[in-house]
Amino acid sequence: MRIINRKPSRVTALALGALPFVATIIVYSVASHYRRLENPADKLLPSLESMGAAFWRMAAIPDRRSGDLLLWVDTIDSLWRLGTGMAVSTVMALSLGIAIGFIPHVRSALAPYLATFSLIPPITILPILFITFGLGEVAKIALIVIGTAPVMIRSTAQAVLDIPREMIIKAETLGATVWQMITRLVLPQVLPKLITALRLGLVPAWIFLISAEAIASTTGLGYRIFLVRRYLAMDVILPYVLWITLLAFLLDRLLLLLSRRAFRWHHAGGDAL
Amino acid sequence: MKSFAKASLIAAALSLPLSISSAQAEEKKDFKVCWSIYVGWMPWGYLQDSGIMKKWADKYGIDVEIVQINDYVESINQYTAGEYDGCSMTNMDALSIPAGGGVDTTALIVGDYSNGNDGIILKDKTDLAEIKGQSVNLVELSVSHYLLARALDTVGLSEKDLTVINTSDADMIAAYATADVTSVVTWNPLLSEIEAQPNATKVFDSAGIPGEIIDIMMVNTETLADNPDFGKALVGAWYELMSIMSSDTDAGIAARTAMAEASGTDLAGYDAQLATTKMFYTPAEAVEFSKAAELPATMKFVAEFLYDKGILGEGAPSPEFVGVSFPDGSIYGDANNVKLRFDPSYMQMAADGAL
Repeated sequence: MRIINRKPSRVTALALGALPFVATIIVYSVASHYRRLENPADKLLPSLESMGAAFWRMAAIPDRRSGDLLLWVDTIDSLWRLGTGMAVSTVMALSLGIAIGFIPHVRSALAPYLATFSLIPPITILPILFITFGLGEVAKIALIVIGTAPVMIRSTAQAVLDIPREMIIKAETLGATVWQMITRLVLPQVLPKLITALRLGLVPAWIFLISAEAIASTTGLGYRIFLVRRYLAMDVILPYVLWITLLAFLLDRLLLLLSRRAFRWHHAGGDAL
Repeated sequence: MKSFAKASLIAAALSLPLSISSAQAEEKKDFKVCWSIYVGWMPWGYLQDSGIMKKWADKYGIDVEIVQINDYVESINQYTAGEYDGCSMTNMDALSIPAGGGVDTTALIVGDYSNGNDGIILKDKTDLAEIKGQSVNLVELSVSHYLLARALDTVGLSEKDLTVINTSDADMIAAYATADVTSVVTWNPLLSEIEAQPNATKVFDSAGIPGEIIDIMMVNTETLADNPDFGKALVGAWYELMSIMSSDTDAGIAARTAMAEASGTDLAGYDAQLATTKMFYTPAEAVEFSKAAELPATMKFVAEFLYDKGILGEGAPSPEFVGVSFPDGSIYGDANNVKLRFDPSYMQMAADGAL
């Protein structure tokens, strides 16, 4: 049988999926082992145990200075910033996206502006955000919104444009008002795509969250990484990176699950990654 | 299988250069030291450009490359990772990063100490005690943080009385311009830039804790032990330039002008920065400073500060976790884990004219 027609069993698939992860861990352990043979206190490639110990210390032992459990404080603050920023972006994507996609006058007025605005690399206007919003939470959330909203609005507007014209004409012939068409026709078609836009938007959102926290902050996952970078504490940085990856992965899966549950029909056509 | 092969290839490619360390003890001919922009370290760049370094390296039949690195912390990390044989850094960062990371490090050339180069600035307030309850923007865990801790001691406050906001030095000037920033701790040239603002008052600076923020050329102890010529060449070149730059001859002015330009200012600006830096222009001064009784006390302060902030190596059970040895043979901290050594013998050679 040709290789393209041979499918792995469930168990094989799982094992194959785990292989690259296991291989990475092994390669890392070997490299770390040899580095630490020479210098047991090496900071660059700490042992898995010391990373585990550092993670445990961050998660379960109150900080000497503030008495906080740092990992959870950082996680909650970061997720709050991320959540607020993405909530604002989602609301903007939904309202502006539908307006741009459905109403030609709004489209003419906003689409070119938005297309231009979305090309500004958000990090470059960070100093302006500081001056305008200060160094507090607002500037950080604004950075996330500016970094994610334009693209999300554009993809939502495109989703509206993609609705077959016949359906809209049919609704009009049946005497639907614009508001009825938006709530009964456009919204159900657009919501699953909004979730897709949200999932894609989360990728840059994490980047902007970490960048904003790196610049001026007192808490947050990005803050911690850039803080301990000052003394090369890879045993804290690497577990934090894994933790961020895990959080991002879980968020993404949860959104996918939500989409599957809420819009079963949208996923009827087959599975995606 | 393909993804596995690929992943392991990539992982191997990524980790191989890390696993091969360059800190091997052996005799060698080529050495690399790094430095970053700071008033007291500008001579390193000039040593390379002017050929003084090459002259001294040739004398000992070795090759020394002096590399400038744009990011200070990155330069220390590179040294700690074994990419460089030496690097300019402060006594505090030397204790926390390479020494705390198990890289045995020797203070080869004690170049200067900050004597006003680091300072605390308040907006619309004029007294250090008024810092109570404020948010203070600074590069956390840096010498700025240390300066703040020492300053708070002098007015009976502690860090609990205020909120420290970690702020990148690159954004410090812009941060000061925003309304919610009311106090900053930073170093020159940012310090003088911010101090020039009409509402800014410098309420404390490193002249209040003289000799505690020390700028040093740190070198790998093993490399130095196996290659004394490396130490001799660096020290010889350094003090030749020190005697040139401290003079008001044409050569001295030319050297300082070149250093001023390299640090983005002019001769007057650079001289102003030198005025708040206690440079050890002669090796005798540096040797005397290294042997002084204050140094162990300073290192104790520093170790306690680092321990307090949880920086002194992971799982460090006490401030004495890393040992620091001094010229008189005394040791602060763990005698079985001496990783930072103040050894003025090479500077002494320069003082004796024995290089």
